[in-house]
Amino acid sequence: MSISANPVLDVRDLDISYSHGDERSTVVHGVSFSVEPGEVVALVGESGSGKTSTAQAVIGLLAGNGRIESGSIHLNGEEISRWSARRLRSIRGAVVSLVPQDPGSSLNPVLTIGAQVREILEIHGKLDRRNADRKVIELLTNVGLSQPELRARQYPHELSGGMKQRVLIAIAIALRPALIIADEPTSALDVTVQRRILDLIDDLRREYGTSVLLVTHDLGVAADRSDRIIVLQGGRIQEQGKTADVLASPQSAYTRKLLSDAPSLAVAKPRPPVEPGRPTALTLTNLVQDFSLPTGRNFRAVDNISFHVARGTTHAVVGESGSGKTTTIRSIAGFQKPTSGEIRIGDLDVASLRAEDLRQFRRKVQLVYQNPWASLDPRQTVQAIVEEPLLNFDPLPRAEREARVRAIIERVGLPATVLSRLPHALSGGQRQRVAIARALVLEPEVVVLDEAVSALDVTVQAQILELLAELQRDLGLTYIFVSHDLAVVRQIADTVSVLHNGRQVDYGTVDEVFSSASTAYTRELIEAIPGQKFPHAEITRQPINAGPLS
Amino acid sequence: MTRYVVGRIGQALLVLWAAFTLSFILLQAMPGDAVLIKFLNPEFGLSADQVAEIRDAYAVDSNIVVQYGNTLVNFLRGDFGYSLQAGVPVSAQLATNLPPTLKLAGLGFLAATLLAVLIAFLSSMAPFAWLRNAIQSLPSLFISVPVFWLAIMLIQIFSFRFRLVSVINPGPWESLVLPVATLAVPIAAPLAQILIRNIDEIRTRPFVAVARAKGASETRLLWRHVARNAILPTLTIAGVLFGELIAGAVVTETVFGLNGIGGLTEKAVGNQDLSVLQAVVVISAAAFVTINLAVDLAYPLLDPRLRNGHGAAA
Repeated sequence: MSISANPVLDVRDLDISYSHGDERSTVVHGVSFSVEPGEVVALVGESGSGKTSTAQAVIGLLAGNGRIESGSIHLNGEEISRWSARRLRSIRGAVVSLVPQDPGSSLNPVLTIGAQVREILEIHGKLDRRNADRKVIELLTNVGLSQPELRARQYPHELSGGMKQRVLIAIAIALRPALIIADEPTSALDVTVQRRILDLIDDLRREYGTSVLLVTHDLGVAADRSDRIIVLQGGRIQEQGKTADVLASPQSAYTRKLLSDAPSLAVAKPRPPVEPGRPTALTLTNLVQDFSLPTGRNFRAVDNISFHVARGTTHAVVGESGSGKTTTIRSIAGFQKPTSGEIRIGDLDVASLRAEDLRQFRRKVQLVYQNPWASLDPRQTVQAIVEEPLLNFDPLPRAEREARVRAIIERVGLPATVLSRLPHALSGGQRQRVAIARALVLEPEVVVLDEAVSALDVTVQAQILELLAELQRDLGLTYIFVSHDLAVVRQIADTVSVLHNGRQVDYGTVDEVFSSASTAYTRELIEAIPGQKFPHAEITRQPINAGPLS
Repeated sequence: MTRYVVGRIGQALLVLWAAFTLSFILLQAMPGDAVLIKFLNPEFGLSADQVAEIRDAYAVDSNIVVQYGNTLVNFLRGDFGYSLQAGVPVSAQLATNLPPTLKLAGLGFLAATLLAVLIAFLSSMAPFAWLRNAIQSLPSLFISVPVFWLAIMLIQIFSFRFRLVSVINPGPWESLVLPVATLAVPIAAPLAQILIRNIDEIRTRPFVAVARAKGASETRLLWRHVARNAILPTLTIAGVLFGELIAGAVVTETVFGLNGIGGLTEKAVGNQDLSVLQAVVVISAAAFVTINLAVDLAYPLLDPRLRNGHGAAA
């Protein structure tokens, strides 16, 4: 690759449309941008902004019903948007390559790691088998995998998510492409793993001089890792410019909204300290939960966790995958008996409950799950979904049931017209509101929010967080807020437990834990929050109401 | 791995035993017996006493538990008893009737698999949308064709009209061509449907997009990435369809006049020839169990996630 003054990628007036039956809808409108050699450009936007379609068009991987309507894509000076599939194949992997979103499903489960890395060399290269094998080991070493020879012989299911993403990065850099498209490369990974993977992409970019088009919904990641930012909304570019400039003085109203909604960039409004003397809603004392493995041994998922939560406050349970946070809340909800230890909700000992008592207990503790697409029955109307918990307990006359459903739907900020709709007719944020309404209709004491805002776009996330805070103030609810996202936790929680490998490594008020974490692990978690390259003060010093609407 | 294999074989034996026991109970529960049917026939001119004597000799009225024990021990020794109707050992009947059926079923299954793979891959690779749609509608057509009608049509077309396959004194292989085709069509249809659906589903997986981003051609994508993953769930169905095959063989053998297990079963049912029926049930069950055992054992070879004993643990 020769170094030239020409951009590696130059996209001009790109229109992309998708066909649905007989209709075509345009999802990307007149998008123009370029990526210079060695530059990292972040394509930022929420779902439906057209960022992924734009990136897919650059590598020729638009879905079958997608089509470039007009515009041009110059890659290394060559216009590729009208190329045949065969001709595009010659540059895919060699000139432009892809780091995909979900490492868990992006490797073929029935082929070895070595075979999948070697494949890109086979397709483009003329390396013989032995040299290709040597190159595979070299690549796996370069992306920081330990025991590369062993990894090459292993299958994807034997590797962790972070390791799989390293393998996919090895594939992407194998032929030293001019441009790497990283499509949400870390959104499926834990925050500490995310940081290591982004560091790796950074290092390799410097070493190989490759440009990176970073597609992300996370402004924090974009802020930390990119030279320039392009903000997309509804298929149109709202704003583009140097990262520091965009963050410091956003020109479009939409960018300002994104910035103020992003938990990692926004300054947390300090929550008023919890006044002493509140009654305790929930107490966990030395909770231990073992599972027996098929091998006959025991696996301790939760090891000696204790905390108490005052009524009307929020306790966050934070940890990465495998930390034991899900097991902890399943025990709190009475889905499993603790191996030892005690869970008290009010004056009830959860572990001692049997059959009917346990069923009655469920009205006191309700859950809201992460994925509003999966947690609502697609064949029930909103009315039926929200009404169902009422039908399971004391029979209420129909009119009163309907009145309660109506009231709670209104309470979560939804119009009454949604009652007759099915979940697929609602947006992600609306669905999560329905899930919250379903949890609240029984007037529970404790609501367990299991990653309840993690699957939502930042602006929707901000609205749901606002709604949760409002409901807590008005109804005196106690929340157990399970999350991997410390930035969100800082916004919403009063107290926090940090879990690591089933142990509670930190516990205290949010202020205490964030300012003086007692363990290296918690400090690592806090440091891994993206968006720290630009301190909050610098961003928010700008007046919010400056600049015309674009 | 060894534990998995031993466990699977153990389960297979258990199924076999259950099939034997259930069929024994059901057959015993039928009113009347083969001795009555055969010897009360006026042609024999036997008196009631003489029939009773014969019944005694065959021990048809002895304690059912004793009968069960005797039959089980005999089956374990490979002795299937005597056919009352034909008056020859059941094993002798099986020796003549089993090979044609095995040949028919085996070839039918092979043909069905080839046909299904052909349809599935053509439907995925065909260059035009209308052609893909046409190929994709083949399985529904196949499934809705009655076997006996198909058999007769095949004879009409290939034997009588085009005289390609002789039906009068055909050679040993020639005689199998049309029956195998008849048997293969209805079995191929569900296999092809499942394969088509799996191929479509696997094509949308992110790892296929990654392979495409490597610059892989469509052929490479299909064979190296899609095919092997798409075949996995199809295997299970293939094992289950084998049962269909045995049922289909009865009709096919009748239409084509083949002297196989199908014909033998048909006669034995009419005559309540219990020993023959019992043997047929156990042999069919054994075939079914063996095929499914083979499928279970093939799984870990095709899917590395199943190799370490306890599933796809992270």
